[in-house]
Amino acid sequence: MSTPRTWILVAILLLLAAVPPIAAALAQPFYLDLLRRVMIFAIAATSLNLILGYGGMVSFGHAAYFGIGAYAVGVLSHHGIDNGWLQWGLAIGVSALVAAAIGSVSVRTSGIYFIMITLAFTQMLYYLGISIAEYGGDDGMRLKVRSQFSGLIDLDDPASFYYLVLAILALFLYLSRRLVNSRFGRVLQAIRSNEARTRAMGISPYPYRLAAFIIAGAMCGLAGALLVNHTAYLTPEFMNWTRSGELMFMVILGGIATTAGPLLGAAGLLLLEDGLQGWSVLPKWVHEHWQLYLGVILVLVVLYARRGLAGLLPGGENE
Amino acid sequence: MNFVLIAEQTLNGLQLGVMLFLLAAGLTLVFGIMNLVNLAHGALYMVGAYLTTYFYQATGSFVLGVVLGLAGSLLVGVVTELVALRTLYERDHLDHVLATFGLILIFNELIVMIWGRAAIYSSIPDYLSGHVDLAGGLHYPVYRLLIIGVGLLVALLLWLVVARTRLGMLIRAGASNRAMVAALGVDIRLLYTIVFGCGAALAGLAGLLAGPIYSVQPGMGELILIQVFVVIVIGGIGSIRGAFLGALIVGMVDTLGRAFLKPILATVVSPTAAETAGPALASMLIYLLMAAVLAFRPAGLFPARGT
Repeated sequence: MSTPRTWILVAILLLLAAVPPIAAALAQPFYLDLLRRVMIFAIAATSLNLILGYGGMVSFGHAAYFGIGAYAVGVLSHHGIDNGWLQWGLAIGVSALVAAAIGSVSVRTSGIYFIMITLAFTQMLYYLGISIAEYGGDDGMRLKVRSQFSGLIDLDDPASFYYLVLAILALFLYLSRRLVNSRFGRVLQAIRSNEARTRAMGISPYPYRLAAFIIAGAMCGLAGALLVNHTAYLTPEFMNWTRSGELMFMVILGGIATTAGPLLGAAGLLLLEDGLQGWSVLPKWVHEHWQLYLGVILVLVVLYARRGLAGLLPGGENE
Repeated sequence: MNFVLIAEQTLNGLQLGVMLFLLAAGLTLVFGIMNLVNLAHGALYMVGAYLTTYFYQATGSFVLGVVLGLAGSLLVGVVTELVALRTLYERDHLDHVLATFGLILIFNELIVMIWGRAAIYSSIPDYLSGHVDLAGGLHYPVYRLLIIGVGLLVALLLWLVVARTRLGMLIRAGASNRAMVAALGVDIRLLYTIVFGCGAALAGLAGLLAGPIYSVQPGMGELILIQVFVVIVIGGIGSIRGAFLGALIVGMVDTLGRAFLKPILATVVSPTAAETAGPALASMLIYLLMAAVLAFRPAGLFPARGT
């Protein structure tokens, strides 16, 4: 467990914990906001890494659970229920249910079918979000009150919310590490490496893959609940297919099937997007058409940097 | 609901179906032969629509615009294959998805740089803009009939090429065993480029036909691309026949669902409930259909033979 990489990851988390007092001292609340966003996406990417990285299931629809988590909070709030335990519990529960439904059909398939099916189901949920006028339809809706935790923690306080997100991220990183190294995780990776041999050993892949799919969905549902509290706004765009693509890219950029990868990838992509749009060192024509440069970087990373950012760290992890 | 309305919506469904087929044919061939998942296929559809609109306005001749638009999409497709996609064939599907996702960003932004973010106005010449009277008092746009005709013609041509020519034989051979075809001395890389170029031209054709009906704007390809995915999943990936029948099914179900689901629901539940549930259900219908098909036939309704 105590490889150099683990210590680096712990160091990164400690650094993140030191950000709020520093940002307050420098009077730069913007960074708090940006890093909170990075960590929320890191949670989502961590969940995707479980199925994409360790399970070999190329889910192109992970944004669905982002959206479901966000809508669970938004819809309850819309009807006047601000209790955070209830909202976040519903976010996790409904995400798990939907993941079970989508998974039961899609996990049977593999390869390109799996990619297209997960994409299509997410698109279906996206259109569902658009067509429900009661919850804002196309425009989405504002979250008037952030989730309330009976005075235990106040999400309106940026620092408290930041630490909550950090704690959840640390917990999920730890849990996913434990899960991956458990018997369950080993079987999952065995199925990824060689499904036929795993079958020959008397293990049926279907329940393992489905369980991983549901766990990942539930985790990402919580990330969605965090995100809607972060932005205080939700739209069907949370479930847009480009969002799913971004999550996948985070996993790849960070380093697929590594513990630190999703966090590094989320930080890498979001800081890159932010930088291309805002860094004053870059000329204006970059700001204006930043997506072009993002696309070029994306293609280059996929073609030439398969090991991702985590590949730059010393010491291999699971490879 | 009367005869005219049903007939009109059925023709609309057929028109959407052949449009989806033009896109699905290229996508399914590229996947079947090169094992490449190409998300940027929708971008070629967009390129076709933009180029044709541009050349039509520049030259004043619709026919010339169409010819140049088609040639342009073919060229863009071939260049994309040579520059970016060729290195991807040996990689796994995950890399295909991400790299072509990057290509979508690049294509969309290039279009924005040249033509701007707003939709551009695309028109059709006067001789195609009228209506014709069909049986039973149905008044239907000539242009949509033209789309149906072109789509069916292309389907027939494709079938002839794939089933009756040497190139088609190579395509079928490539789809069932790539390594063997290469070992027999066929220049497989050239075959890949040809197939990809043809797929790009078909996508461009769909785009240029769609231009005057839907709006020509950046990102137009992605909306239809996901429907095309549904088509080839339902039809069976790699199968032209599956793409054709899948496209017709999806086109019909989507169009008829949007037109008639609300009134049908209103006869069962209260009108207000139908008002909310109708559109929501209609937009989800093809995805539900896909789920149902997969539950019973995981390889699609008409899977390619020998794969």
